[in-house]
Formats: sequence, structure tokens, C-alpha cells
Amino acid sequence: MTAAVIVKALRKSFGATEVLRGIDLEVAAGDVTCIIGPSGSGKSTLLRCIAFLDQATDGYVFVQGEPLGFAPDASGARARLPDARVRDVRAKIGMVFQQFNLWPHRTALGNVTEALTTVRGIAPAEARERGLAQLRKVGLAAHADHFPAQLSGGQQQRVAIARALALEPQIMLFDEPTSSLDPELTGEVLNVMRALASEGMTMIVVSHEIGFAASVANRIVFLDGGKLLLNGTPKEVFGQPRHPRLEQFLETYLDRGAAILA
Amino acid sequence: MSFDIGLIWSRMPDILGGFGLTLVIWLVGCLAGIALGFLVAVLRRNVAGLNIPLAAWMEVTRGTPFLIQLFLLYFGGPFIGLSLEPITAGLLGFTLYGAAYFSEIFRAGFAAVPRGHIEAGECLGLSQGQIMRRIIVPEMAVLVLPALVNMIVLLLKETAVLSIITVPELTMMISAIGSENFVFVESLFLLALFYWAMVEIAGWLGRQAEVKLASFRPAT
Ligand SMILES: Nc1ncnc2c1ncn2[C@@H]1O[C@H](COP(=O)(O)OP(=O)(O)O)[C@@H](O)[C@H]1O
Ligand SMILES: [Mg+2]
Repeated sequence: MTAAVIVKALRKSFGATEVLRGIDLEVAAGDVTCIIGPSGSGKSTLLRCIAFLDQATDGYVFVQGEPLGFAPDASGARARLPDARVRDVRAKIGMVFQQFNLWPHRTALGNVTEALTTVRGIAPAEARERGLAQLRKVGLAAHADHFPAQLSGGQQQRVAIARALALEPQIMLFDEPTSSLDPELTGEVLNVMRALASEGMTMIVVSHEIGFAASVANRIVFLDGGKLLLNGTPKEVFGQPRHPRLEQFLETYLDRGAAILA
Repeated sequence: MSFDIGLIWSRMPDILGGFGLTLVIWLVGCLAGIALGFLVAVLRRNVAGLNIPLAAWMEVTRGTPFLIQLFLLYFGGPFIGLSLEPITAGLLGFTLYGAAYFSEIFRAGFAAVPRGHIEAGECLGLSQGQIMRRIIVPEMAVLVLPALVNMIVLLLKETAVLSIITVPELTMMISAIGSENFVFVESLFLLALFYWAMVEIAGWLGRQAEVKLASFRPAT
């Protein structure tokens, strides 16, 4: 069985700075992979390259066996795929951002149904039903007619998750989904993600919530300076003896998380 | 100063004709200028090779007096085979002049839409056209409306410049009455009154539109 996501020798430079320095990663279907690492280590860039929001400088991403963005052509050279093909493969992926990125001029329901009607061509009445079902799933059916500005950060992020789920993606990417939330609001979002994981959704999560990573993820990836330094089960990565860079990271960045693991 | 109401009254058809033409040039010119300005802003944003030439054109238009642009178009046009009627030249010049300002307003509007809102649309499979129509334009409409209304109102006063190239709009008609009958001050006073009333009405309409649009998006 092909992996849900394969990242092959992925490199990304911004100008002269190489941010991703050859990443290889496989995510099996149903896996929850947590990417951790110091700020600036390239976590967001990796996720954005997987979703083809940033174009990698070299290397490939395969989603359920299909290349996203670039593929080797007949002569083996790296070639950009046509936009329509990119859209088709990207449809398998749902993305959740740190800043929610809800559209402020649309209600919660409008945010969720937008792609159902404009991209999938589903009739408004049915899109509405599906949208409400997704909002119910994240506990926000009662807030369907609220605008993002009328929702708390945690509620906005749950709407953003519902919006991504509405298109029934095979893989969900989360880029620090709780980092812009007040601490008391992170729980409601993590609970939704936990439920999603238990339904068997394939997830790649960039998060500083070490507790969540240790309890929900079955793979932990530690990124450091654009390289994938560690890749293993939570036991392997967090257990003793710990890699010195990881130890340093846990101490420097995550007093809270380190305490959970101690 | 003896204001001769009878005189004004007897020339009312001319005055109303000029008034009508001012309104038509203003409204048509603003609509065309908004359309052209929007197009320019979109092209500058999406077509890399056009950004600099279009930016230069807009800069020159905004950096030179409207009066001189009109002169160049009307009196200079024939030298490059472009002989236009006064009304045509006036409307064209007015549209180009407004477009330069409108495009700048739209450019700022585009820049104010967070990149992440666009990326969210891309991730969900919306095409570039759908993102423009469904996300960028409605989102920036709220942001740019006050500046648009302000510009539209300012442009109303600029239409008076068209009298210089003998477009028979309000200023031209009323000034003519003034000079034919030696009632300069009265006619200028009347003219000021006309523009002021129109500006107030236009400003009021604009504020109504702002209120209506703002209700789509509750304050944060
Ligand atoms: N669009 C960009 N242009 C230039 N540099 C960028 C851009 N995006 C990210 N970077 C740089 O790439 C590095 C990795 O960034 P990022 O992937 O956001 O790290 P992380 O998410 O791990 O904090 C940082 O040094 C950042 O400054
Ligand atoms: Mg990041």
C-alpha cells in the first residue's frame, strides 16, 4: 500500500538561504505525525511545500502516490505539472492555518460551504446541509450564521477545520493550529483534532503542544535547521536517552512540554 | 449686487442642459474610470511585465494637472491623428485621469487582503478567478469604499475643468450667461452653489453605501 504522503529529497530556498535541506518523509494512511522543532527550523515551510503553497526548489511530494506540483518527466528532469492537475491532487489535502484565515465577509456556514458550491458545484441547499453537518461535528452548528469577528479564536479555528473537512480530504495538515489562541481556548481545538485522529484521519500537525504530540501522534518528527533530525514513535523520540538537540529544544522552548514528559 | 432671478429663469433650459451634461460626464467617467482603474490594478498585480509601465503611466497621470492633460489630449491629439469632439475628449481625459486615482485605491485594497485568506481559497481548490470574485473583491470592497466615495466626490468638481475645451457642461453654460449679461459674480455664486449641493448629495449617498456595506461585516 502506498503511503498517504511521501516527501522525497525536498529542498527549499528563499533567495540564498536554504530553509529545507533535503527532507525525506513518509506518512502512512491513518498516521498522525507531529512535526516539532525550534522556531525558524522550517516546519511551516515544509507543510506549505507539501500543500504546494510554497514551491519547493528541488525534490518531490507525492500524495497517495500522485505527484503534487512537480513530477519527473520522461527524461527524469523535474517538471512543473499543469494547474488543473495541481488542483486535483491538492483536493486530497485539507489545510488549517495558525491564523485561521477565515473569510471575514462570510458567515461560519458561508466559509464552510463556499468551496462546496463554487468548486464542487453542489446545489446551495445540499451544500448548506453538508456545511451544517461539518459545523455540528466541531460543535458550532448554533453559530452557523455568525461572522468570524463574532467568534472566539477557538471557535474560528474550529470553523476553519470544518471548512477544510467539508471537501472530505484524505489528509489534513495543521500548522500550529493553537499557537494564536489564548491558553484556555486551545483545549476545544485539540479535542476536535483528537476526535479526528480517532476516526482514522491521516494528519500532519506542526505543534508546540508536546502533550498532544505525545498522546495523540504515532510519529514524531523533529526538524532542526532545515533537516529532519529525528523521526520515530513518541517513545523512541521522547524516551531516554534523548538526542541532545531535542533535549536542548525541550528545555529552551517548552518548559511546559518537558514537564509533561519528565 | 442685484441678483436677477428673471434672467436666470429665462436661461434655465441652458443651465439644466449643462447640469445634465456634467452629471452624465461625471457618472459615466467615474464608472469607466473605476473599471479601467480596477483593470490596471489587476494587471499590475498579476502580469509581472506590465507592473512597471502601468505604474509609470499612473504616476504621470497623477503627477500632472488635469487641465494640462486635457489640453494635450484636445489640442495635441490632432498632431498624432486623434481629432476628438470636445465632449469625447473631455470624457476620455476625465476617465483616464480618474482611473489613475482609482487604480491606486484598488492597489492598496489588494495589498490589504491578507495573503492567508487567498491561500485558504487556493487550498480549497478555488481558481484564481473565483478567488478574485469571491474573496478578494468583496473583502476589499469594505476597505476601499470610503476612499472610492471620496475620490468620486472630488472628481465631480474636476468636471468644471472641461469647460476650458468648450464642453457645454454646467460651468461653461453658467459662465457664458454671466459674461453675456455682465453678471459674473452672480453666476459664479450660483455655480458654486450648484457644485456644493451636488457634492453634499453625493457624499450623503456614499455614506449610505458605506453603512449598508459595513453591515455585512460586523466590527471587530
Ligand atoms: N516567504 C519567505 N521568504 C523568506 N524567508 C522565509 C519565508 N518564509 C520563511 N522564511 C524563512 O525560512 C525559515 C523557516 O521558516 P518557517 O518554515 O516559518 O519556520 P518555522 O515554522 O519552523 O518557525 C525562517 O528563517 C524564515 O525566516
Ligand atoms: Mg511556523
